Amino acid sequence: MQQSIDRRQFLKLAGLGGVVFASGLAGGAKFADAADADFYFVQLSDTHWGFNGPAVNPDAGGTLQKAVAAVNSLNFEPDFIVFTGDLTHTTDDPKERRRRLAEFRDIVKGLKNKNVRFMPGEHDAALDNGQAWKEFFGASYYSFDHKGVHFIAIDNVSDPAARIGGEQLAWLKSDLATQAADARIVVFTHRPLFDLYPQWDWATRDGAQAIDLLMPHKNVTVFYGHIHQEHHQMTGHIAHHSAKSLIFPLPAPGSQPKREPIRWDPAQPYRGLGFRGVDAEVQKAEYEITEYPVKKA
Amino acid sequence: MNSQRRRLLAAGIITAAGAVFGAVAFAQPKEKIIHVTARKWAFLPREIRLKKGVPVVLEFVTADVFMGFNAPDFNVRTDIIPGKVSRLRLVPDKTGTFVFLCDIFCGDGHEGMSGQIHVVA
Repeated sequence: MQQSIDRRQFLKLAGLGGVVFASGLAGGAKFADAADADFYFVQLSDTHWGFNGPAVNPDAGGTLQKAVAAVNSLNFEPDFIVFTGDLTHTTDDPKERRRRLAEFRDIVKGLKNKNVRFMPGEHDAALDNGQAWKEFFGASYYSFDHKGVHFIAIDNVSDPAARIGGEQLAWLKSDLATQAADARIVVFTHRPLFDLYPQWDWATRDGAQAIDLLMPHKNVTVFYGHIHQEHHQMTGHIAHHSAKSLIFPLPAPGSQPKREPIRWDPAQPYRGLGFRGVDAEVQKAEYEITEYPVKKA
Repeated sequence: MNSQRRRLLAAGIITAAGAVFGAVAFAQPKEKIIHVTARKWAFLPREIRLKKGVPVVLEFVTADVFMGFNAPDFNVRTDIIPGKVSRLRLVPDKTGTFVFLCDIFCGDGHEGMSGQIHVVA
């Protein structure tokens, strides 16, 4: 589709290393109510507002604003924007936590597109079970539908033990029960649902239970954050795609002894940072052909 | 069998069982206990040295908040709860250096809270 190609070309040139991502959303689902339903959304993640570490990001107080400006400058208006957690950097001080959340909220109010969805990360939510985060952004897990795709936001961070928990898993089960086996489903979450690298806490303790619930559905894609880099992995037929951060990149899983931020390179400022655009493309029309012979009467 | 004989017989069985149990317990080598303290935001000790195949008991306390100990390569973890001692039996089945970490998000310095288990043959 020409429009998608243009989006890709544009985003490759976008500031902050913005990248487009071919979503892998295509599936066999039928779109009874979604004619011409191609759409486009933007994922931003791990902005860590309040972080202070000049060696890894001397522009920690300005990177989020640059990302907002970059999204606003996209030639193609996204249908919606999602932040997949760690909006703020953690603090033990509840007042400071709320101050950071308020500042983050005020900065992202600058997004021209007002259809913005938020999710918590453990930096926002784990120290008070999501209490402060919910004061600003509401429910920490939810679902919504958009142009024939069912979106599910899973909270695997408000429990400091990184569990989704029985109550939310029961909700997920009932939510999925409303969806056909071939429905197109997109999951947003912060931490990987699978054991990407537990040695660096890159896992969700009961994530396998969520994957088990998703597994009967043929067309499921997961977008998450947490690991501050792109990573793409399949669990069965389910694709999992992590996003870059907007504060500092982290090394590839297990590539060095410790999980430490990659230092800022003055020769390549903002290297490894960025956000993602996702094209959701409607399945092209397919025609099943059956040949019939002429039979003698 | 009168009641006195039954009591005597029962006492004998209990004594015998106790002797057997005591002998078994005595025959088992006592497992080494390694004390680990978790505090914001470090484990003490940070380095734990073990021998392959030799069981140890790790005993954990926390000096402040609720924490966790997780050694993914050995598939063991425990909560570390304020005011309690948590115990974990570990029999290292491989040699090398392996990470352990706190897996309960416990505060500002949580992400640096890790250590290493060194296992030798």
